[in-house]
Formats: sequence, C-alpha cells, structure tokens
Amino acid sequence: MERELRLMKGNEAVAEAAIRAGVDGYFGYPITPQTEIIEYLMEANPAETTGMVVLQAESEVAAINMVYGGAACGKRVMTSSSSPGISLKQEGITYIAGAELPCLIVNVVRGGPGLGTIQPAQSDYFQATKGGGHGDYHLIVLAPASVQEMADFVDLSFELAFRYRNPVMMLSDGAIGQMMEKVYLSPQKERSKTVPEWATTGKPSTRERNIITSLDLDPNRQEVFNQKLIDKYNEIREKEVRFEEFQVDDAEYILVAYGTSARVCQKSVQLARSQGIKAGLLRPITLFPFPTQRINELAGHVKGMLSVEMSAGQMVEDVLLSVNGKVPVYHFGRMGGIVTTPEEVVEVLKSKFIGG
Amino acid sequence: MVEYSGIKEIIKPVNLVYKKSEIMTENTLSYCPGCGHGTAHRILAEIIGEEGLQSEAIGVSPVGCSVFMYNYLNIDWQEAAHGRAPAVATAIKRLLPEKFVFTYQGDGDLAAIGTAETIHACNRGENILIIFINNGIYGMTGGQMAPTTLPGMKSSTSPYGRDVRTMGYPLKITDIVATLPGSYYVTRQSVHTAANVKKTKKAIRKAVQYQKLNKGTCLVEIVSNCPSGWKMTPVQANKWMEENMFPYYPLGDLKTPEE
Repeated sequence: MERELRLMKGNEAVAEAAIRAGVDGYFGYPITPQTEIIEYLMEANPAETTGMVVLQAESEVAAINMVYGGAACGKRVMTSSSSPGISLKQEGITYIAGAELPCLIVNVVRGGPGLGTIQPAQSDYFQATKGGGHGDYHLIVLAPASVQEMADFVDLSFELAFRYRNPVMMLSDGAIGQMMEKVYLSPQKERSKTVPEWATTGKPSTRERNIITSLDLDPNRQEVFNQKLIDKYNEIREKEVRFEEFQVDDAEYILVAYGTSARVCQKSVQLARSQGIKAGLLRPITLFPFPTQRINELAGHVKGMLSVEMSAGQMVEDVLLSVNGKVPVYHFGRMGGIVTTPEEVVEVLKSKFIGG
Repeated sequence: MVEYSGIKEIIKPVNLVYKKSEIMTENTLSYCPGCGHGTAHRILAEIIGEEGLQSEAIGVSPVGCSVFMYNYLNIDWQEAAHGRAPAVATAIKRLLPEKFVFTYQGDGDLAAIGTAETIHACNRGENILIIFINNGIYGMTGGQMAPTTLPGMKSSTSPYGRDVRTMGYPLKITDIVATLPGSYYVTRQSVHTAANVKKTKKAIRKAVQYQKLNKGTCLVEIVSNCPSGWKMTPVQANKWMEENMFPYYPLGDLKTPEE
C-alpha cells in the first residue's frame, strides 16, 4: 500500500502514526506544547476503528501508571507529555523500567526549570538519558528532527521496546511538535494479537501465574537483576546506536546536535563552508545509546567539536566522554525557549576554534 | 495427653471439613499473628475459586503490608507503585474488558498517597473491584499515622495522640466514594469474627458478580486490626477495634444498586 502524504504538526503526526501503528492504548494529560496529541486522538476516536483505547487521566502520575498496567498486559501502550509532566511521570517510568515493561513515552520538551516556559528547549536530555527517576536504569531515547521522524519513530519505538522489554522515550521538542511539515504516513496496521509469555492476562491452567513487579527484598537476587539490566543496556549500546552524518568526510570541525538544533546546524555547516570553514554535523538519532564510538573515531581526524543544544550544556557531557580528551570540545546553546540561529552557531565556531 | 498417632488418625480425608482454598499458594503468609489480612486473602481466594475466576482474575497489589499478596494467590498479578493501583487497574480493565480486575489496598495507599487515583477511578466508574483494608495505621513501615487514624490515637508519628487541630481528621473515603455516580456497590465490613467473615464473603461475592455487569466501581472496605502497630494482643486489638473503630467507621452497606 502507498504511504499517504499529509501536511501535519509533529504532535498530530505522532497521534496519527500511533493509530496506524496499531497501538492498543494511549493515556495522557494535557500540557503545552503537546496537547494536540490527545486532542487529535480524541477527535479521531480510534476506539471505533482499530479499538485503540484513548483515556484522559486525572494526572500525569495516573497516566504513566495506566501505561504500567497496560504494558504489563503485553499491550502496546503509550503516553505523551512535556517536561514538567515528564518529571511527574518519572515515578512510574522507573517502575516500568524495573518491571521491564515495553512502552512509549513521548516528551515534547519545553524550557525549565519549574514551570519555565512553553517554548521549545532541549533541557530534558539528562532526565531522558540518565535514567530520570530513582535507581540504575536507562530508557532507549530516540530524538526526532522532523515531523516525518515523529511519525516514523512510533513504530520503531515499539519495535525496540518489545525487543528489549524496555521503555522507550521519544525526545522531541516544542518546535518539532508544533511545526507543520509534509509527512508520509504508513498504512494502517492491525493491532497485534500476540500475547507475550510474561503478560498478565489471567492465568490459564496451562501456565504458571505471571507476576509483574519491580520488588525484590533479597539483596543478592536484586543485584543479579541489576546486572541483568546492565547486560541488556550493554547489548542495546552495541546494537542500536543510530546517527546521521552531514559533510563529515573532510570536516575539520564537527557540530554535534540532535532534534531542532540539528536542523539549525545543518544550515550552519553550509554557512561555515561558504566562508571556507570545513564544518560537518553528526546528529545522534539515539541519545541512549549514544554514538560514543563514532564520535571518538571522528575526534581522531578533526580539530574540535561543538555540542549545540538548546540547554545549558547537557549532551556536551557525553560528547566530552566520547572524545575522551583527543580534541577540544565546547558547548553552545540558547535557553529559555529561544531557538539558536545558524549564524550564531557559525560565530561561536569561529570564536572558539579559529579566533576572531 | 493425646498420642501423636491419634492426630494422624484424625487427619484423614474423610474428616476434612475445612481446607486450604485451591487458589492459595503454598507460601507462608508474612502477616503478624492476629492480623486480618490473611482472612481477607482467604475470602478472596475462596471466591475466585468458587466462581471459577482463576483464568479471568488479574490482581493489583499495593505498597504496604500486602505488597507481597502476589505470593499468596495463584493468579496473575501486577505490583503497583504506592497509591497507584486504581490507575493501573483502570488500564488493565480498559484493555482486557472481559477480565475480572481488582485492587487490594491499605488505608495509606488508598486514602493518602492514592486519594486522587481512588477518587477518579471510582468517578469514572471503572469496572473494577477495590478491596480496601482500613486498620487506621501504616503497618509495614512500623506504625505511623494513617489518614484513617482515629482522633487521639497514638502512633509513631502521633506519639501524643492524633491532634485533629494540627493533623486533621480521619478521612472517611469510602463515604466519599459512595457519593460518586461512578460507584455501583460500596460497603464496609470486618473479618474479626466468624459471623463477620461470612458477611464479608457475601459482600465480596456480590461485588464480584456486580463488576461483571460493567455498571461501575465496587468498593469493599474491611475495617481491620493491626495488633503490632497498635501494640496490643490480637484479642485486645479486636476489642479496641469494636469499641473505637466501628463507631467512627460503622459497618454496613453505604451504596447498593437500585433494583
């Protein structure tokens, strides 16, 4: 079947892609700048077509616990929110990680801390990639840089979530969520009828009872479980790194940027090259696992790297670890909901590395 | 003195009139002597067995003394975060509407940290059964004040007695739930005497049957004891419960379906 071409906001694209991907349930709570997701789903009313459950919860806390309950039934379930709401969801997210449940959490990031602003930011990198809630765990984190990727990453998220029994976060931002672009939508998939062997669906006489829990009071067993999680994360680091490169082959300076900043930096690379500066761009698509190895390789043939993020400098810590001292690494980013301009990036690149 | 062999004579299949419910597992209950949890578990296990619901039931256990309830009943279980069981159960029931979904929660879980989840699940009329064990204290963490702790009642965080001027009043959340249009059957029972066990079993069976009708949330509160937390013997605790808890939390139906 042909892919359908539509003009949509990133938020709408996620919602439509969720229906088409055969998602079983969405549980959400309104918060700017991502409320279009639940509005779109409520209007589309997929209960009548695919049977997808869409529910407005009483809070982000309730919504993420609904995701826990649905995921534990082996269903493809998701939620979405923006930064302050994701902070509230962190309790549920750590339980989901601890119970090894697959699900999708979409974060359309806005500036903070606190209520901050409703404008786009990338200041949730830490809470997305470093766990976020209590305990040792990681989410798989996908960073879309277009409306198309917001749609495409829904299906990819569930594929990864079920492959590793691990929650996946789509780390978008207020700019990609709100902007309209053309998007090719996949044909409608049927909702999966496969029931994972671990799912709690009522115990038939043919199997032992299934228990979904993140609790084990025995320190030795808990440590074995922690090690199992580490092994899983290492496997993910080995197999699931995704990134995109733009003009890195002959580059002397590498910009590292994801999401909206990567869109800006693509322009910055062209601008820098028009001024005779050989710049290139590495765009991490997965933020966990981070493209550590590739960045380390590139550090071997360039003069320096600039991490460009709409934050006070969060991803730059992973860039520094990846470069491991081979070349200088700097951070540049606007905050407060301001999107960096391509010109600003080139000016910073020049001032940090070339002088003047 | 009775000979050991005499007991062997008595324990014969022909003499068995009372046995473990087939839904109860072989695991040893973790509860203190005299605690009502074990009795409440057994009632639920018996009903699940008698109603043929083993393959239909999905239980949600809370945080609190009954956190390990999933070790005791041989059905599918999910362990929820503190207070979130009604939200977890909401999604299970929405995604598997043909199943029997219940939560089992204590007073701290259901009426303090989980107040929002409780009220809103009941207000949406989720077709789930909530079993609410109210013993007026946090048992697992060692006897702290609960939302349902009585005025003047001592606990480790109200060592001079609950002062309602600074600590607020005990919350009658079951009464609140009964006023919500989404609730269908709301009742308050106890399990401290054989007669009350019978009544509670009848109430839970009714609730299990009602929830099949998909007409709203059923909530069965069981006013119970906590000999360890109350620092009493089991017999003293039951007497204290009758004299102090029952006047504040009177037993009986709070809402029954209109015929």
